[in-house]
Amino acid sequence: MATATRAEAPPPPRSAAGPPPLERTSHGDRVFKLILTLGAAAIPVLLAFLVVELWTGARLAVAKFGLGFVTSSVWDPVAEQFGAFPLIFGTLISSVIALLIAVPLSLGVAIYLTEFAPKALRQPVAFLIGLLAAIPSVVYGLWGIFVLIPILRKSVFPLLRDGLGFLPFFQGPIYGPSMLAAGVILAIMVMPYIMSVSREVLLAVPNTQREASLALGATRWEAVITTVVPYARSGIFGAVILGLGRALGETMAVTMLIGNRHEVAASLFAPGYTMAAAIANEFSEAVGDMHLSALAYVAFLLFAVTVLVNAGARLLIWRVARGSGAGSNAL
Amino acid sequence: MSTLSIRAITCLGLLLPACGGEQSPALTGAGATFPNPLYAKWFDAYARKTGVRINYQAIGSGGGIRQFTEGTVDFGATDGPMTDQQIAAVHGNVMHVPTVLGAVVVTYNLPALGTTPLRFDGFMLAEIFMGRVTKWNDRRIAGLNPGVALPDQDILVVHRSDGSGTTFIFTDYLSKVSPAWKTTVGSATSVEWPTGLGGKGNEGVTQQVKQSVGAIGYVELAYALANHMPVALLRNAAGNLIEPSLKAVTGAAASAKLSPETDFRVSITNAPGPEAYPISSFTWLLIHRQGTDTTKERQIRDFLHWMLEPEAQRMAADLEYAPLPVPLIELVQQRLGS
Repeated sequence: MATATRAEAPPPPRSAAGPPPLERTSHGDRVFKLILTLGAAAIPVLLAFLVVELWTGARLAVAKFGLGFVTSSVWDPVAEQFGAFPLIFGTLISSVIALLIAVPLSLGVAIYLTEFAPKALRQPVAFLIGLLAAIPSVVYGLWGIFVLIPILRKSVFPLLRDGLGFLPFFQGPIYGPSMLAAGVILAIMVMPYIMSVSREVLLAVPNTQREASLALGATRWEAVITTVVPYARSGIFGAVILGLGRALGETMAVTMLIGNRHEVAASLFAPGYTMAAAIANEFSEAVGDMHLSALAYVAFLLFAVTVLVNAGARLLIWRVARGSGAGSNAL
Repeated sequence: MSTLSIRAITCLGLLLPACGGEQSPALTGAGATFPNPLYAKWFDAYARKTGVRINYQAIGSGGGIRQFTEGTVDFGATDGPMTDQQIAAVHGNVMHVPTVLGAVVVTYNLPALGTTPLRFDGFMLAEIFMGRVTKWNDRRIAGLNPGVALPDQDILVVHRSDGSGTTFIFTDYLSKVSPAWKTTVGSATSVEWPTGLGGKGNEGVTQQVKQSVGAIGYVELAYALANHMPVALLRNAAGNLIEPSLKAVTGAAASAKLSPETDFRVSITNAPGPEAYPISSFTWLLIHRQGTDTTKERQIRDFLHWMLEPEAQRMAADLEYAPLPVPLIELVQQRLGS
């Protein structure tokens, strides 16, 4: 904006002040710029270190198992045979379950808070939801073990089995700790992120949009669905990606609730395992070099999965975002 | 995994205590989490008495062995002894010093039984944890428990999901009593479990067992005693039914035949003594046979001598760790030299 103004205005008088304010540099500015550049450069360097370190740590396992590591389901530290398929599967499925539950709920809350809730309610509720994000994940895990699992096992799971038992996802014995329990706790954990960001994005939709829609005869509901949400859709996607990123990497609460079994099962009542949980569980007591290397390989794959999922999501946003206004800046 | 990050963590650990005004440089150690509460108490008591501070990080046995091998700590600690290969990596310059004893108990959730304790032998446990016996009223379990009305209930196996010394001791025992277990599963800090759910830590296993009727799991003796959990009686190698207790664990160590030349890397699961509890094990500190820093080696040995005195071993019993039997203490003292 400053450049635009300057272009239109007559050239400023070149007096003792020298070049125009934005082009002026002093010694302090140069130092400041250098510090900022170093700070910005630190991030890619750190990332590169991370990748190199994971790769060197994993090279034993990479050499032995190659790409077969991704498709194999064996995890036998005694025989030093390792495969990560159940871990990758568990990571993706638990995150998908989390999003399936969390996205509609948090979007609903965000729309309610920006469009329908009484003014006095908006700030306090948003604040409380923000507080959910501050709870440490081990506390979520404990709450999950003591409160959530008993509820799920006694009421929710049997209900699902009775009602939807014809689907393979809701069959088999009910233990409590399961893929579904992990998905539910993840949903609760990612909700505050999706909710807060979508709320900000919805707030950023200009009021003229709402007014125009209402003026054309839309009800409040129609205005939200046809105008406000589409206007903010790229920002909302961004919120979902943020939640997904958190769900993919969440470790403590998941390992406390997922049952930790290296197995691929169709039923969501069956225990599963995630990549992050396996690393957290086994790293400290892994004695053999191959075991450690396999865990580093898993870490590398987790990194790769996260990058792939995020890249895919960015691409999606980029395609959706063309033509939409508010919120594309929120990314 | 990475020498780099482990070093970084250790350095951080070394720096912190150095911030608080200095007398003598502290000894550093790292390793097993199982004896950590006791080690913390010992190191604290020892620092009060002698002024020698010992800085211990409970990062797990695997990490303890690694850091000891890399020389980033003055001593290591582990629940499972180093393998011959690992000892070769430090050119044999390591000595295993047993400090106390730990034990693993089998706990279960069968409210129908009331307070009647269940009885198992090792082979039966292996069958259950392999998923070959799936019902509580299986006639082989009933055969070991005459007069107990066992319910027609599915058995749910619960094991540790995190790598742990507890799992090592338990699977070491099962490998000794069941050839099938030895060939299909084996023993390690984490294994490929044929069946069941994984709980994180003693508390994770305990919760899972408490919440599911028909569950069976294994936890540390100290944890089970502190939480008043139902524990199974086990038939030991001599054929006697033994209730897990500190005395029975010490008895297991006393009955293990140690040759005077032993390097103390002995497994005492399924020990032969008539009063021995079968799932018992040493936990060890790893020190150099010949260190480069003589002051530090002297300090470590002084501490170890103090640790073997009755006063320190009594502290162990207070925290539900089984003390070492007296003949073994004498053997260790002799080996440490004066």
